[in-house]
Amino acid sequence: MTPDITMLHVMWNRLLSVVEEQGQALIRAAFSPIVRECGDISAGIFDLRGRMLAQAVTGTPGHINTMAEAVKTLLTLFPVEAMEPGDIYVTNDPWIASGHLNDFLLLMPVFHEDHVIGFTSCTSHLVDLGGKGMGPEGTDIFDEGLRVPPCKLVNAGEINALLVDIVKANSREPIANEGDIYALIACCETGSARLSGMMAEFGLDHLDPLADHIIETSRRGTLAAIAEVPQGVYRNRLMVDGYENDIELFATLKVEAEGITLDFEGTSGCSRYGINVPLNYATAYSVFAMRCIIGPEIPNNAGSLDPFRVVGPEGCILNAVAPAPVAMRHTLGQMTPDLVFGCLHQALPDRVPAEGASAMYDLPLRNAPEVAREGGDVFAIEFVHNGGTGARPAKDGLSATAYPSGVLGSQVEISESVAPVLIKRRELRPDSGGAGRMRGGLGQHIEVESANGNPFLLFLSVERVKYPAMGRAGGQAGMPGRIRVGDGEDLPSKGEVRVEAGETLIFETPGGGGFGPPSERARDAVARDVEDRVVSAHVARASYGWGSE
Amino acid sequence: MPSQNSYRLAVDIGGTFTDIAVANGDGVVCATAKTPTTPSDPTEGALVGTRIVLEQLGIGIEAIGAFVHGTTLATNALIERRGAVVAGVTTKGFRDILEIAYERRYSQYDIDIDKPDLIVPRSRCFTVPERMNVQGEILTPLDETAIDRLIAELDACDAEAVAVCLLHSYANPAHERRLRDLIAARRPGLFVSLSSDVSPEAREFERLCTTVANAYIQPLMATYLARFAETFAAQGLQCPILMMTSGGGMTTVETAQRLPVRLVESGPCGGAILAARVAERSGLDRVLSFDIGGTTAKLCLIDDYAPQTSRNFEIARAARFIKGSGMPVRIPVVEMIEIGAGGGSIAAVDSLGRIAVGPRSAGSEPGPAAFARGGVDATVTDADVVLGYIDPERFAEGRLRIDTQAAEAALTRSVGTALQLPPAQAARGISQIVDENMASAGRMHAVESGKELGGRTMIAFGGNGPLHATRVARRAGIGHVVIPPDPGVGSAVGFLDAPVSFELVRSRYARLDTLDLDAINALLDTMVSDAAAVVRSGAPEDALSIHRAAFMRYHGQGHEIEITLPDHALAESDKAVLREAFETAYSAQFSRPVPGMSIEILNWSVLVSTSATPVSGEATVPRGRSVKPAEKRPIQCDVTGDMVEADIVFRSDLRPGDTLDGPALIVEPQTTTLVSVDFALSVDGHRNLVLTRREGQI
Repeated sequence: MTPDITMLHVMWNRLLSVVEEQGQALIRAAFSPIVRECGDISAGIFDLRGRMLAQAVTGTPGHINTMAEAVKTLLTLFPVEAMEPGDIYVTNDPWIASGHLNDFLLLMPVFHEDHVIGFTSCTSHLVDLGGKGMGPEGTDIFDEGLRVPPCKLVNAGEINALLVDIVKANSREPIANEGDIYALIACCETGSARLSGMMAEFGLDHLDPLADHIIETSRRGTLAAIAEVPQGVYRNRLMVDGYENDIELFATLKVEAEGITLDFEGTSGCSRYGINVPLNYATAYSVFAMRCIIGPEIPNNAGSLDPFRVVGPEGCILNAVAPAPVAMRHTLGQMTPDLVFGCLHQALPDRVPAEGASAMYDLPLRNAPEVAREGGDVFAIEFVHNGGTGARPAKDGLSATAYPSGVLGSQVEISESVAPVLIKRRELRPDSGGAGRMRGGLGQHIEVESANGNPFLLFLSVERVKYPAMGRAGGQAGMPGRIRVGDGEDLPSKGEVRVEAGETLIFETPGGGGFGPPSERARDAVARDVEDRVVSAHVARASYGWGSE
Repeated sequence: MPSQNSYRLAVDIGGTFTDIAVANGDGVVCATAKTPTTPSDPTEGALVGTRIVLEQLGIGIEAIGAFVHGTTLATNALIERRGAVVAGVTTKGFRDILEIAYERRYSQYDIDIDKPDLIVPRSRCFTVPERMNVQGEILTPLDETAIDRLIAELDACDAEAVAVCLLHSYANPAHERRLRDLIAARRPGLFVSLSSDVSPEAREFERLCTTVANAYIQPLMATYLARFAETFAAQGLQCPILMMTSGGGMTTVETAQRLPVRLVESGPCGGAILAARVAERSGLDRVLSFDIGGTTAKLCLIDDYAPQTSRNFEIARAARFIKGSGMPVRIPVVEMIEIGAGGGSIAAVDSLGRIAVGPRSAGSEPGPAAFARGGVDATVTDADVVLGYIDPERFAEGRLRIDTQAAEAALTRSVGTALQLPPAQAARGISQIVDENMASAGRMHAVESGKELGGRTMIAFGGNGPLHATRVARRAGIGHVVIPPDPGVGSAVGFLDAPVSFELVRSRYARLDTLDLDAINALLDTMVSDAAAVVRSGAPEDALSIHRAAFMRYHGQGHEIEITLPDHALAESDKAVLREAFETAYSAQFSRPVPGMSIEILNWSVLVSTSATPVSGEATVPRGRSVKPAEKRPIQCDVTGDMVEADIVFRSDLRPGDTLDGPALIVEPQTTTLVSVDFALSVDGHRNLVLTRREGQI
């Protein structure tokens, strides 16, 4: 039977709800804090040809596209004919899955009436894969931990116990890793059961008419949205802090009737440290940025993603190839939306925000090594905080708000209950938002001390300490980030920091850039900023001429 | 003292109508009334409605032995921003707890979102030097010399109420209490809400939000409740008035004046309580309650006759019901999900040519196009009219004219033209999409709760619940639906069954293995006596039941599972019992436990309540009688899409034991029940309509 148009819509809605259910199941069972706080997962449904039909909208954009490509790769390695009910495949290869070793991707064939009709897939961030762990200090991928090549995790319902043992034996958090692997398996199984249930309920024996409908409709909608962008070639250059030297990101955006191509040609080469970005991950954030502006209401699937193509010369820092270290690929990956927005602004001057703090300030803290040797409190915690977003063409930027990632900031009372730290201050950082007709969002000022008299370590991999978020259309830059210990010197954005007992770690997150000339800012908006003390009187005078009229 | 046999009266003041229900000494509902709400003085409408039912029964107000009141006033004041000028006071260094929040956007792809308005702007956020640590030990004493500056700041911003939330005050409220006393001594007219009273749980952002919400509505609610109580006392009411809370229990007027935030969203709870009682009478241990009105659908999972509860609620979500777009409060609530899908929900075709329904609603004005009051957009009700499920002659007892042609025209305009579908097909599409949305919302809610939807019984009510019940049930994998008597009355009837209760939750972080038993036993004892004192003031003589629980999780996880504690002081041997209970509950939700992982506890809760009156047993059902329909009318079959003849039956003609097979429409004054072709209907001893899916009948 060929389903009618409304039935196709109903089934499409059902698929979208199945992937959301899958995603929820995974987040609820996950151990990794980044998963539950940030929803750093992905869940999707694929047709027999490996075309993605639906993907859960989760907390971070880092899996957009990556999963769609990963499934295609796995299907070239494992022929469908050889698959059995209850099989599940796995890999954490950064260049196949999601850009660093912590992300495990699973793929499960869905059987209906004895034959494969499609696949479910999911990705989740595991806490620790050994090696040098989450930090930029590895010098190649082998330093960064255990790499699992594409292989079977579950064979006809039976878990590959040796593989699970190897993953556990190579981790500082073996129990949490095992729990996360089980959560991933449960996620695949949930999606598989729901999909075959749907086939039975709607009396389908294959997905083709539905898949064609979803993909064609989405492609058409996306191309219509792209048609509203003036055709042309737009270029942008973005300087970022990098690690051992500054890095130049370069983008050429070509808008044509049949799609948009983004090319990173001209971008600096790789770093010696783990801030390099595999192309799949750079693509995820770049496409996310484009989709925020172009057709954001269209769900992610093969049809809506195909018109966006991202390329870059092999070996540039946004197309790092093995064995480059990539553990902290998100630091620069999260800068790519600003790179893309700089191009898109030229085409759509009224639609694109100014630059923002962008890269999140994730601050992994750990006890100093001698504390453990002396029998003191051992801990490891990752605070996540953010700066301000760029001003929008018609609205101010958002203060202390994550963009492009969707992370949740940590609560002071919870941080202090799970780690021996005392947070002395956490407030907005006045004057950090770039001036403009629309003001950039504010960063924040945070001070942390040891709560138990023991020193601790901080592993920094953040951005915009040297290069602030620039304004657009006459707007001014936001304040750069700033990190120091007590009265000490300002620290660079990457590297290890030791904080002795009694010392205070002070970090200030960057403000977003402003949009439009500050002279055009509404007087009552300036007055409100001064009253709320997000802009000080002297900056209001200097930037906005406040009090002089 | 009123005798055991005296009447119980419930008043539910909604935005549009005030509902009154009275039960006699046997717990049987014997009178109801519906009067327009009087927004300028809601007490007036309540009084009018009360007089109507008293007249119906021929009794005086002194015959009322129990009086329950629920109101949307608190909710509406928050949504419509009609509360007091609130200032916030936090620990020095933490002025921006509200604005920083969770640093998150609630909509991933929307770069133009605004953060929720959390009532207190930065210019009214003040700080005082002091600091507790996580154990509640004082690191920096409260600087009492700072009070002068604070008072000056409060004066300068014309604050009417103050929300105080100091770090770790849940562990030690001393500084908050001292600050309250210092403020009260200087400015006795200010309302002061302390976070350690309102919501003594860790997580400063939610605790402050909850305290702000409480402070915001406190002046208004304190005045209103005092006037309400005085008015009814002056009429001769002799029993105390009990207030319905968001947690599904009742509390005293005095407690409600102190903690008005607990009244928020108490109205819809009545429906969940009603469904729980219906479930208990019929022995249904796994239920989905399903309440569809004109604008929204509310769903609640009910296991073992108790509605699911939670401690999180969001006030005033942005228009699209998106999680995270409202103001979070942590109070005990009956957990319901609400989606923008009701009779008035508007259908349209989106940019991809797909039918989308809601959350925009035509409301009651202009209402669906079929009401012929100026509505032009196609709504769910218009689709139901065109599908034949709503009888134009009998809708709302014939008081409202139904214009089928206007409905058809709207369907063509909103959906048919774009998709090249005739009105009947457009109507079918709208029905399928909205029913799928409701089923999806239910499935999602179940998954988020670690539960399954399939295999439950749906208890449906509200103006549109009975009409969509079978259609949604089929999509949700539910084969059993119950429509209780008077499904349109709902909440007020539910109120009559609510216990007097009070729930307290406190944070005290602990690892199960190293639990300090003496400290925890002392904490729980204090919580029980605090909660019992509140309940005793509303129910001086009833037997009380006490439920204590710990919210446990594996170390490192974010999601906690509520584990009931034993009824005795915790002993060393209980640790193993609790571990096992946690692992059993965990396995039920996630397939398998995680051996070797340590377990931690963040929150402890105590619920003290009077015992609910026992339900009457299963009523005897006379021998079955196959119903002869009054008439027939053509409808579109919701399974096949073909036109079929449906039996029309008046609910008032049905009696226990009656049976019939779909397709049929059961008509009653405020709603219609659609019996789909794949369902069979029987009437049970409680006069519920019981719809059972006939497998294979598709």
